Parts: sequence; structure tokens; C-alpha cells
Amino acid sequence: MSETTSKAGERILLEHITKRYPGQSTPAVDDITIEFPAGEIIMLVGPSGCGKTTTMKMINRLIEPSSGRILIGDEDVTDANPDELRRRIGYVIQGAGLFPHFTVGDNIALVPRMLKWDKQRIVDRVDELLDLVGLDPEEYRDRYPRELSGGQQQRVGVARALAADPPVLLMDEPFGAVDPITRQRLQDELLRLQEELHKTIVFVTHDFDEAVKLGDRIAILQTGSQVVQYDTPEQILANPADEFVEGFVGRGAALKQLTLTRVRDIELHEAAVAHVGDDAHEAVAGAKAIDREHVIVLDKNERPLRWMSLRELARPGALENVRRDAELEVVSLGSTLNDALDEMLTSSHGVVVVTGRRNTYQGVVRVETVMEAMQGIQSAAAEAATMEEPVGDPQP
Amino acid sequence: MTAVSDFFTFVAERWSILSFLAYQHVSLVVQTLLLATVLAIVVGVLASRTSWGVNVAQAFSAIGLTVPSYALLGLLVGIVSIGVLPSVIALVFFGFLPILRNVVVGLNGVDPALIESARGMGMSRLSTLVRLELPLAWPVIMTGVRVSAQMLMGIAAIAAYALGPGLGGYIFSGISRMGGANATNAIVAGTIGILILAVILDVALNLLTRFTTSKGISRV
Repeated sequence: MSETTSKAGERILLEHITKRYPGQSTPAVDDITIEFPAGEIIMLVGPSGCGKTTTMKMINRLIEPSSGRILIGDEDVTDANPDELRRRIGYVIQGAGLFPHFTVGDNIALVPRMLKWDKQRIVDRVDELLDLVGLDPEEYRDRYPRELSGGQQQRVGVARALAADPPVLLMDEPFGAVDPITRQRLQDELLRLQEELHKTIVFVTHDFDEAVKLGDRIAILQTGSQVVQYDTPEQILANPADEFVEGFVGRGAALKQLTLTRVRDIELHEAAVAHVGDDAHEAVAGAKAIDREHVIVLDKNERPLRWMSLRELARPGALENVRRDAELEVVSLGSTLNDALDEMLTSSHGVVVVTGRRNTYQGVVRVETVMEAMQGIQSAAAEAATMEEPVGDPQP
Repeated sequence: MTAVSDFFTFVAERWSILSFLAYQHVSLVVQTLLLATVLAIVVGVLASRTSWGVNVAQAFSAIGLTVPSYALLGLLVGIVSIGVLPSVIALVFFGFLPILRNVVVGLNGVDPALIESARGMGMSRLSTLVRLELPLAWPVIMTGVRVSAQMLMGIAAIAAYALGPGLGGYIFSGISRMGGANATNAIVAGTIGILILAVILDVALNLLTRFTTSKGISRV
């Protein structure tokens, strides 16, 4: 195997960048100065035509700025050879942009081959990256893009962008063309990857919810790439800078904060628990002792099966043969409070079961807990705002 | 029945000259086709860089094909005299046109997002053209080559008017001796010979297209 250590991110600095197209009176990007800190995911959000994509494409000079300076790390790349610059910057576009006439392996190997790595190193790197994005190298290496699903293509797109281990990754609405379930999965995977890789990722999206979920920082842009607000998602949700941002955040800002908190970050509640084969009378007594109407029944491996009411438990042999409730509302420790609330609203119990590794029972979340967490976030954000801290630490 | 057996005797007796003419015919078509393909790719690549270039190339291809081959040959004979040269020029000209159109259409059909993604990864313009655009346009270009090949088979016969090589001479001599002995046999032998050659060349080009097109984009 090749070395698995990866290059960490480098900061990107845009200084007074302007892009003017001939024959247009107003510049597409008007004098933007912004710094993207190393190792963070920075989301560029704004309405279509605000210049967010133009701004991003000036980092790898797919669009040449009319004036201004671009620094990556401490190096001024404004006049660097664009082809060489781009080989050091990962680039992911919507729909992945895989070459249809290349196999998956050849697609990933594109940049390493341009950089003239030796053959064995490239072969190892391709397999390592396929592993990293959760595709079995044996199965997928020699396939053609059209033999993959949209989500798999997008994963290969990310692998290809990471191939030469660039410190910086540019992503242009990468998950815009996949279905909502796949998008959520790809987003979760990106976050998991970033925990390992610590790249500087500039991510363009028009989906504010995506920005809140993925971003360490969000830059909200207006026409001409004017930065209206540049802050952590918590701050933007709690203290939108002006009406434009408020409009963009949309209704339910408080609800959106729920996507910032994971189930593992809050205190879980105990439910009344019984196991298959237990004595039903004891289970009923236990539930009554802590004042519960329902009992969650677990199997031998601590996996939740279904809720049972005290009346159901009163039947003889109630715990002998308990069937799994396929509709049982369950979230994992990694789920957001938003997901938990969603499940809760469809459940008839006002609580949702939380599972950990191998789907073992961990506890339950109640509506009250979610409400408390929401108030906690809001008061913390209000406090931070009064302390006049320019930029808070990124969310752990 | 006698006419048919008479024809086979005619062919059998002249087999060596007929096969030599057939070889000349194919050789003329294949060589001019190759030259036309190279020219069309070069011109097509240059034309597809601008939108007006695309329009001019397509208009030129459409109008050029309306020129009667007989008229062009007559014109060329006046300029470069009779022989192989006017035949070659005429064949390259007519072969060039359908291929040019398909090069332009093929290159235009490449998804701009793919080109941007190639440039975004640091591929140079030339490398983007050679490794991405031409391979993706290749099946379309080869369709143009096959159309040209069929057309050139017929036009090469007419090139005999300018005393070019190939089976056309046989047909012409038959026509000029119409009513005389074996005149019909000569015309039929030349025509069937060209038909057979056209089928063989088309099959060969079809196989070539298959072997040179990536499995990732070929129709299964």
C-alpha cells in the first residue's frame, strides 16, 4: 500500500477579486475579499446568478479574474500555470462528470497519470480511494460509469478529485442531481471523509439546508458576489445579518438548528424495557414503577423489536413470541435531532427509540428533550452574539 | 438461363483483369477515404471552436454534396488534365463532406460539463481534445466515414470518365459498345463488382468502429 497519510488543507485567500465580462455594465463578481480557513468546509450559498459559482471557479482559474489576487497557503497562484494549478485542486461537479469511455479505475487515475506517478503507486491509490468512498475495488474498478447508479458515480467523482491528494477541494453543487435519500447519504459520507482528511473544501450550493448540514462556515452571497454574511451555521440561524439573509434562511430557522445537533449530543431517556422470554408480570411492575404506559421489547441481542402496552402484556405468554414491528420508529446516535423529530411525529408514542452499534438499544428521545435542546442552542447563540466575537471556533 | 451462364463464362474468362480492376478500385477508394478523413478531422476540429465555424462547415458540407460528380470531374480534367489526379481530387472532395459534417456534429455533441471537468482537473486543451472529445465523437465520425465510403465506391466508377483506375472503365466501355458482343456483360460485371466491394468495405469499417470505440460508450 502507498502511504495513507494525507495532505491536510491549506487556507485560500481571495483579495479584491473582480470579474467583469466584456459588454456587461455590472461585474459578475464585484471586489470580493474572503478567506477560507484551512481544513474547513465553506459553503457558498446564494440565489442563482449571484456569482457564487464564478467566485469558486476563479480559485482554480477556470474563470480568470479581471483583477485581484488569489493565494493558496502562502503562495500567490494568480499567475501560476493554470493546468499545473488545477492538478493540485480537486474538482467535483454536478453529475460527477466522469469520462464515459474510461473505466472507473482510469477515471480515478487521471490526475495521478498526468503527474506521472509510477504504475504500481497509481494502482494502489485507485483501490485505496475506492475503499475510502465505500465501493469494493474488485467489483467496481473495471466498470464503466454507465454501469453505476447516480450515487455511485458521484462517489467515484469524489474519489477522482481526491486522487492526487490535493489540499483543496472545490465542489460545484455536487449532490444536486441525485434523489433526496442518496443525497443525504452522500452528505453524511462527505462529513465522515472530512473527519479523516481535513481538506479545505469550498462547496457551492443553492440549498440552504445542505449548507447548514455540511458547513463549518457559510458565506451568503448576493448579486455581484457581495458577501452578506459569513459565519458559522449556528450564528447565521440565530442572528441573520439582515432581511436578505432572513429570507434566505427561510421559515423555521429554529427547526433548522435541529440539524446541527446529533442524537448522541443530548441526554437520552430511559424507557421501560423487557426482553423476549422475560416474565410479563415483572415487566408490567417495572413499567408501573417508573410510571410508563408502554414497554419496549428487545431481542437476545439487545435489538428493539416493538412497543407493547401494559394491556398487551397482561395477556398470558405475552413475552414468549414477540414479532418485530417493521414500522418501529428508530434513529441512530449519528442522526440529527431533525431526523429524530421527524420520526417522532409519525410515531404514536411521542418518543423514538435510539440504537447504537449493531442496532442495539440505547434509550429513547422525547419531544421535550428536543425542545430543551432547541432552547439551549438559541440562548447559546444569543450569548455568543452579545460577546461580539467576530468568528467563533468551528463546530467540533 | 443462357444469359446467366453466358455471364459467368464472361467473368471466368476475364477473372484476372477483373480482380486487378477491383483491387485498383478499392485501393483508390480506401486511400482517398483515409486522406478525406484526416482532412475532415483537422478542418472539423478547427471549425468547431466557434459557432460560426460550425455553421459554415455544415452549410459547406450540404452545398458541396449537391455538386454533380460528373461536372466536377469535367471541370478538373480541364484544369489538371486526365488521369489519376482528377479522380483523386474529386474523391477526396466528396468523401470529405459527410465526414466533416459528422466531425462537427460529433464534437458539438460532447457534454460541455465533461470538457469543463477535464479542464478543471488540469488537462490541457490538446489533451482534452485527443483524450476526451475525439474518442467520444468517434462513433459519429465513423458513421460519416462509412457514408463516404459507400458514396466513393459509386463516384470512383464515374471517375473512369477522366480515365481514373478501377471498375468504372469496364462499365464505360460496355456503355460505349452498347448492342455489341458482351457489352451488357461488361456493364453488369463492373456494377456487381462494385456492389460486392462496397459491402465488404462497409463490413470492414463496421468492425473497425467496434474495435476502436470504448465499451463504455458503444451501443451494446
